[in-house]
Amino acid sequence: MKHPAALLTLTVLTTSLFAQAADPERARNLAATCANCHGTNGRAVAGSGIDPLAGIDKRVSLQKLADFKNGQRPGTIMPQITRGYSDEQLELIAAYFATQK
Amino acid sequence: MAGINRRSFLKTGALAGLLTLAGCAGGGMRKTGGHVVVVGGGYGGATAAKYLRLWSANTVEVTLVERNPAFVSCPMSNLVIGGSRSMDDITLSYDRLRDQRGVRIIHDEVLAIDAQARSLRLAGGGELRYDRLVVSPGIDFIWQDIPGLDSASAQARILHAWKAGPQTVALRRQLEAMPDGGVFVLSVPRAPYRCPPGPYERASLVADYCKRHKPRSKVIILDANDEIVSKKGLFVRAWAELYPGIIEYRPQSELRDVDVATRTAHLDFDTVRADVLNVIPPQRAADIAARSGLQLINQRWVEIDWLSMESSNTPAVHVLGDAIFPAPTMPKSGHVANQQAKLAAAAILRLLAGEPPDPAPVLMNTCYSFVDSRNAIHVASVFQYDRRTGVVQPVAGAGGVSSARSELEGRIAAGWAQNIWADMLF
Ligand code: HEC
Repeated sequence: MKHPAALLTLTVLTTSLFAQAADPERARNLAATCANCHGTNGRAVAGSGIDPLAGIDKRVSLQKLADFKNGQRPGTIMPQITRGYSDEQLELIAAYFATQK
Repeated sequence: MAGINRRSFLKTGALAGLLTLAGCAGGGMRKTGGHVVVVGGGYGGATAAKYLRLWSANTVEVTLVERNPAFVSCPMSNLVIGGSRSMDDITLSYDRLRDQRGVRIIHDEVLAIDAQARSLRLAGGGELRYDRLVVSPGIDFIWQDIPGLDSASAQARILHAWKAGPQTVALRRQLEAMPDGGVFVLSVPRAPYRCPPGPYERASLVADYCKRHKPRSKVIILDANDEIVSKKGLFVRAWAELYPGIIEYRPQSELRDVDVATRTAHLDFDTVRADVLNVIPPQRAADIAARSGLQLINQRWVEIDWLSMESSNTPAVHVLGDAIFPAPTMPKSGHVANQQAKLAAAAILRLLAGEPPDPAPVLMNTCYSFVDSRNAIHVASVFQYDRRTGVVQPVAGAGGVSSARSELEGRIAAGWAQNIWADMLF
């Protein structure tokens, strides 16, 4: 488990990265973590029984996500998932899906 | 597996092929944004191939090397063994990845990676050059840990069915041929192994079949671990309520050897005779990883950088899926491989453009398991990159398991499969 050299390079690498701007595709990358269930770019497979997210108004999605997160909206899994994301991340995700057709 | 054949083949016959293919994957692709070769078309590799095309607006050339003619899903394959799904249901073509995404697909096997030359050699002869390489090779088994199984003839009789395909069908046949009153013994290796809840799902679905067709039969789980590795409470409850007297669970029962002729499992202090003996062997990163000099941890799993999935000691080689040393509590699952593939695809596109990768990647996992042909349960978790440790860490308070098994989650699990298969292959 101990690889001092590798650890050091990693630290140097990450430190230098953080001097840089964040990935401009951050919203896209975050939204892609939802695609396993909701489909690529939020286009769920028709008839799969899972809701598409593409093209849904940002405020509408964001309200549902906030309600899942604070326990006001029941769900089998979304309450558990939304608690893993910051509010800022959920906002980026909802905004990204809203722009998908 | 075919180690000796491969080596002798390399020495003798591969040269002619090397010359033919080298020309077509060379510099010409560079000007369009680079050439990425992906080794392995499973949940990780197929997703990486698709997303590299999608996110580069088709400007990056992608070649996928996959030995099997079609994709066969491990998730849902226990339903084939239980009898409620067919092989057709879990088999998908690579055609759309080729025709609609423009991924070049080569059905072949990789013999060796030359990271210095940024090239790899194929068993069918030929060489591929890459700017970046994605290796998503899955697992191979540590047969030496079970001496009696360390031969092709033994492995043809005592099945693992832990790589979906012909073994899935063969195990189903063994189960169908088992007499009523027979004993199905399932051996579970020490964690970490591919698909932590998978063995318990399999035991449930075999028990479901027995309950309906061979009610005097038994399913004995010989678990090398101290306790059920995943979704323990939900499995325990399902077994007590659905399969009393059918499933018998024995923890701390590590398999030491098998007697193939009598289908007997040898433990430290006990032997168990089976009508069907199903051994999930101990596992490690697939051979190609070790053969290519990728840094391993515990001599088993590939060490990677969590910002890019790049090997810790081999530049430009990104490794995904079950083959890697996982982040804390991160399972070896298809869902995770798909997520890692997107992390790698995003990082590779940044690196090809001379930019650093996303400094704050997020991954998540969900594993659905069926406890009978209709009812399912899940476990989920979310991982955020932690700068201090340089690893994606599970988010405290997020994720968790189902409150109870349900037909609703059985339907959602089927929907998950449809969507993740489309996310990787369409
Ligand atoms: C493992 C599968 C899975 C993943 C991954 C997943 N979802 Fe969901 N999602 C569901 C299910 C199932 C529901 C229905 C509610 C429930 O049972 O939790 C749902 C419901 C929703 C809804 C409400 C839809 C509606 O109109 O009622 C939204 C919005 C949503 N998800 C957004 C997301 C976002 C954003 C992500 C990624 C951060 C995500 N989901 C990841 C399975 C998933």
